[in-house]
Amino acid sequence: MEFSIYDFTSFTKSLDKLLNENMSSFWATSIEMLLIGVGILAFYALVGLFLVYAERKVCAFIQNRVGPNRVGPYGIIQTIADLFKLLMKELIPIKNADKLLFNIAPFIVIIASFLAIAAIPFAKGLHAIDFNIGIFYVIAVSSMGVIGVLLAGWSSNNKYSLIGAMRSGAQIVSYELSVGLSLITMVIFAGSMQFSVIVEAQRDGWFLFRGHIPAIIAFVVYLIACTAETNRGPFDLAEAESELTAGYHVEYSGIKFAFFFLAEYMNMFIVASIAATVFLGGWMPLHVGGFSGFNHVMDFIPPFFWYIGKTFFIIFIMMLFKWTFPRLRIDQLLTLEWKYLLPINLVNVVLMALIVLNGWHF
Amino acid sequence: MDNAGLKEKVLQIVPGAEIIEDKQYLTVTVAPNKLHTLAEKLKEDAETLFDYLFCLTGMDWTDSLGVVYHLTSTKYNHYIVLKVKTTNRTAPVLDSVCDIWKTAEFHEREVYDFFGIDFKNHPDMRRIFLDDSWEGYPLRKDYVDEVNIIER
Amino acid sequence: MITEENINVGIKEEEFILNMGPQHPSTHGVLRLVCSIKGEIVKNIEPHCGYIHRGIEKMTEKLTYPQIVHLTDRLDYLSALINNEAYCLCVEKALEIEVSDRIKYIRTIMSELTRIASHQLWWCSFGMDLGGLTCFFYGLRDREKILDIFEETCGSRLIISYNTPGGLMADIHPNFQKKVKEFIKYFRKTLPEYDQLLTGNVIMQERCKGVGYISKEDAISYGVTGPSGRGSCFSCDVRKKEPYSAYKFVNFNEVLRCEGDTFARYMVRMDEMRESMNIIEQLIDNIPEGPYAEKMKGVIKLPEGEYYQRVEAARGEFGVYIVSKGEKNPYRVKFRSPNFSNLSALNTMAKNQKIADLIAIGGSLDYVIPDIDR
Repeated sequence: MEFSIYDFTSFTKSLDKLLNENMSSFWATSIEMLLIGVGILAFYALVGLFLVYAERKVCAFIQNRVGPNRVGPYGIIQTIADLFKLLMKELIPIKNADKLLFNIAPFIVIIASFLAIAAIPFAKGLHAIDFNIGIFYVIAVSSMGVIGVLLAGWSSNNKYSLIGAMRSGAQIVSYELSVGLSLITMVIFAGSMQFSVIVEAQRDGWFLFRGHIPAIIAFVVYLIACTAETNRGPFDLAEAESELTAGYHVEYSGIKFAFFFLAEYMNMFIVASIAATVFLGGWMPLHVGGFSGFNHVMDFIPPFFWYIGKTFFIIFIMMLFKWTFPRLRIDQLLTLEWKYLLPINLVNVVLMALIVLNGWHF
Repeated sequence: MDNAGLKEKVLQIVPGAEIIEDKQYLTVTVAPNKLHTLAEKLKEDAETLFDYLFCLTGMDWTDSLGVVYHLTSTKYNHYIVLKVKTTNRTAPVLDSVCDIWKTAEFHEREVYDFFGIDFKNHPDMRRIFLDDSWEGYPLRKDYVDEVNIIER
Repeated sequence: MITEENINVGIKEEEFILNMGPQHPSTHGVLRLVCSIKGEIVKNIEPHCGYIHRGIEKMTEKLTYPQIVHLTDRLDYLSALINNEAYCLCVEKALEIEVSDRIKYIRTIMSELTRIASHQLWWCSFGMDLGGLTCFFYGLRDREKILDIFEETCGSRLIISYNTPGGLMADIHPNFQKKVKEFIKYFRKTLPEYDQLLTGNVIMQERCKGVGYISKEDAISYGVTGPSGRGSCFSCDVRKKEPYSAYKFVNFNEVLRCEGDTFARYMVRMDEMRESMNIIEQLIDNIPEGPYAEKMKGVIKLPEGEYYQRVEAARGEFGVYIVSKGEKNPYRVKFRSPNFSNLSALNTMAKNQKIADLIAIGGSLDYVIPDIDR
């Protein structure tokens, strides 16, 4: 079995072969699924914990503070301590709540974000599923999360959470359009919905640079819309702690609250990794045409780190949004989407189609 | 307008009002039934224009209950203090001035809360600070609360 | 045609009541606002007060005059020194004592420092109300410097009781002038950061402009004073109208804005901080020599009569009304609290606006609940 951090294709292939040689194909598939599940679960938890820590550090940096610095060196174990705290907290049962929906809601939210992570290419060949409709799948699956949010808001029997859920519903339904359309712009450019194809197409230059102005517009619109879709930053109306205390998850405690909390960060990670994959070339190193020496140096950095670096760069931008901007009002939020982002996006799609048809791109 | 002019004006509106030139402000004591007319006239009159009620105080003078209104004009910057008294301690009723100065709405509720003075024509006469089930009116001088008030 | 009247024919509509508070992050304390809402629109607001009512006016009737000073701190704890000053001025007015210029100067400087500190904290919480969490730390960073000055001279930071009838508790610390000048220099540098972070922000301006309008007539009628009133063109600065302490010795402008919306109230406060710094700069180098407290009798008894003193607290006009019967404790003390009157205008301002606007308007009124409840 050969192993290289630059290309996982042969490694996964040989692992598949090894399993199929030793057992029936049913068991081989089962074990593969189990391995991938455990792997993604571990990755999920790790990234979640790290993101919480990163957010606290970034926010402290913006706010002239030190941030967590007591538990472990530079406070890196702080989030693990927090996790244990959340695990041990009492799950407070709510009187007159819809028990079934109340308990299901956090799982729906977390499952939606969990499903989306499956289609994301982390490195060459490091892929759980490589659909030919990868982008479509991710958009479809990640919009399931809003059902969980609506259920949580409805079943809590709390007026704040109901208003929060309704806001969240209106918001996500609206901004889904922008996310979808800006991704479609790039799909037109790439000519495929398959993530691996999209990444491979960016070997000689990321789409953000190659796609002319429409790609840049799509990137900016995507950043705004995906911040809104993850209920973050200036668009956190569903939580809006100064208006609705905590919005849809106001009645949740302990590990159920942690699910919402983790799902929020993972959604942020997912939208950031889609942005990194579609606009910034995913795990593809930075290549500049003509500078073969420079390109060679860039190739030395393993693809996985390229992918993580780009994703965290976008996450950092989203964190900057959150900690510097005041919150929008619900009517302004909807105006922004329906009157500005959506028309811009529609024009942008046409523009991109024209560019692709006429072959004006690099 | 100076105090002498104000005095004349008040006597014109309410003949027989008791006027004292206090150290600080001109103080007018009127009968409860004359208060609303006087207040309205003082606000509407182009020479007085008392448009700003900056303090409304409930008072218990042991023999009578009443309200003190501190008025000023944002245009002329002159002051007047109106006082109104009622000797009925069981069910005191006075005229509300909240149709003249809107700020009186809350202040009169406060007076009702602490002194039990009912204001006629007030849109929403309820207790504002204390619980609805509270017994008695705590800022009256004869209020007894053996648990919370320690007499020394 | 579908109108609001016939769209819901046959459907029984109930009022949706949202209970904001007493435990709510944006009511700045234990205020309870019962809002009737329709969708996102607030139809009616009914404030319920009294969750922190301590009966201070009743307590004063049993206390001696010097003791009452300490209760005035507990009204509007963010303009504690100004409340102290108002009460002491009222007692001095009754006793016909003229305090030395040194006392007047120090009182004025302290009042203006209090005003700056209070507006800084208002800015913090206003930013928080709008959802900009970073504002809080910028404001508190600078407020700390003022509290350090207070601590050095007065011995405490929040509820200070530095003024007493007839003067001050103690003389100023030798470092006082140096520290204040350092602070002014520092704050002139950091105040533009506030503008960069919040004032210039498009979202913030969209949230504030045209929101929570109150006309000048309504502002006067409701007794909306202080920066909130001056945002509606209501010239109500007591420092100008009835100069007390050292305000007659200094040149300063009354900040007025006529838009009457949340943004106007915001800008008035921002400009007032600059104005306060001007006042302090004019006074800090010229503090005259003299006693820091006048000689007072052991037991203060006010002559029979009624006394009223108005001052400009950080949130509006603060008034003290003392009725004395010649005893060692007052017959009746009434505190005219600015927040109580400002709160009464909340329904007029926030009616038919969004829930988020209600929070922004509340933030721009800057209410302090212990002052409402007394």
